[in-house]
Amino acid sequence: MTKQYELAVDRIKCDGRGLCAEILPERIRLDSWGYPIVTPGPIPGHLLGLAQRAVDDCPVLAIALRRVEIKRQRER
Amino acid sequence: MSAPQLLAGPDPSRGSERRSEHVARLGPLPKGGHALIELLVRTGLTGRGGAGFPVGLKWRAVAAASHGSAVVIANGAEGEPHSRKDRLLMASRPHLILDGAMLAAASVHAKQVVLCIGEEHHAALRSMSGALAERSEHERRMVRIVAAPPRYVAGESSATVHLVDAGIATPTTTPPSPRDRGVGGAATLVQNVETLAHVAIIARTGMATDTVLITVAGGVRTPGVLEVNVGTPLGDAVQLAGGASEPVRAVLVGGYFGQWVEPSSAWSLPLDTQALRARGLSLGCGVIGLVPASRCAVCEVAGIMRYLASESSAQCGPCFFGLRALADACTRIAERGTDPGDLQRLQRWSAEVHGRGACKHPDGVVMFLQSAMKTFGDDFAHHPPHLRRSA
Repeated sequence: MTKQYELAVDRIKCDGRGLCAEILPERIRLDSWGYPIVTPGPIPGHLLGLAQRAVDDCPVLAIALRRVEIKRQRER
Repeated sequence: MSAPQLLAGPDPSRGSERRSEHVARLGPLPKGGHALIELLVRTGLTGRGGAGFPVGLKWRAVAAASHGSAVVIANGAEGEPHSRKDRLLMASRPHLILDGAMLAAASVHAKQVVLCIGEEHHAALRSMSGALAERSEHERRMVRIVAAPPRYVAGESSATVHLVDAGIATPTTTPPSPRDRGVGGAATLVQNVETLAHVAIIARTGMATDTVLITVAGGVRTPGVLEVNVGTPLGDAVQLAGGASEPVRAVLVGGYFGQWVEPSSAWSLPLDTQALRARGLSLGCGVIGLVPASRCAVCEVAGIMRYLASESSAQCGPCFFGLRALADACTRIAERGTDPGDLQRLQRWSAEVHGRGACKHPDGVVMFLQSAMKTFGDDFAHHPPHLRRSA
């Protein structure tokens, strides 16, 4: 089975600089206040390079690529 | 209403129960451990802090991640504005809570117990520290008290960990969950004080408790805390609180992160976590709020929205800016009258904000607003201007 990756935003670190949405508009758009809304689910292979660039170019290191795994139930 | 379990014994209004009285009434503290965790799983006890998570499962997870150095946080921050049940319990039955916390510590192999108590809950702070002074030296060394600031999010589980670690009661990014990495990096069990009191009873009887603490607030004759049987109809609880003081427009079930219900369907609702969940509702932290028909529902909702927006810890953009924008739109409708553009913006912004904070504060606020707009749909659609004449 091939590895799958998804984008995860650290909401506390994110400052709404918006570079990620410029680099990867296929998966990231900005909300009314300039903060990224990420399309959920694994990143298709042909976009992985751009997704990595969005991660590397974030000025506040607020976005990461992480392996898709079965999420545990979270409490509030 | 059958016999109370948590508030059995002396009248809670008489204040903190002494240890001698507590032990004479309930007997010594049984042992915690694996068997207790399995008993809690079997009884199906769920957390009373608001999320209603199964207690036994949480303890199992913390015990598995503990390596003998876990931390237990007994959560008595009680930041929900109308809730009073945690501070009443802390002020009147401190040893029940300490028993539960010690049982938790033994069961998840914890070395430290932290009591997080709202800094404005003065009687609770006095009662808990007085009770701690009556415990064994071993327990006194294990347990410390940390005062939580009076903020809505201060009782969120990652915020209590942040408070204990750094003195800052704001939520942190999860994962990691406090269960895996909490205070000082150790596996941490965050459990509401009422939940721990239930554990202290369950450990002694070997059976499930069948009561729940609720706070009846708003338009009732004698607002306050009641211990009712699980499944008691909501209307019976309102009667126990003296009945409605005037005609009721709607009932807010479960506090500010709960749902609005029309009186016609509210009175028969069973006060039971599972039964309410099956109806798409939540008991939350047990607050039942009655809004009188004489009040303007839209203005009430706008006021609560302003409060909830101001309680954002201002860490995540969508929560800080989004909730403020939602509260402003509600306030515009309340003060200047309905504007179709604002109604559309409320819907669009709700969708944009939901699920986009480090904690669930924005989600809770959006669910509150959506429920309000459903229940008070006509009021929102045809609200007249309520312009104030003077500033």
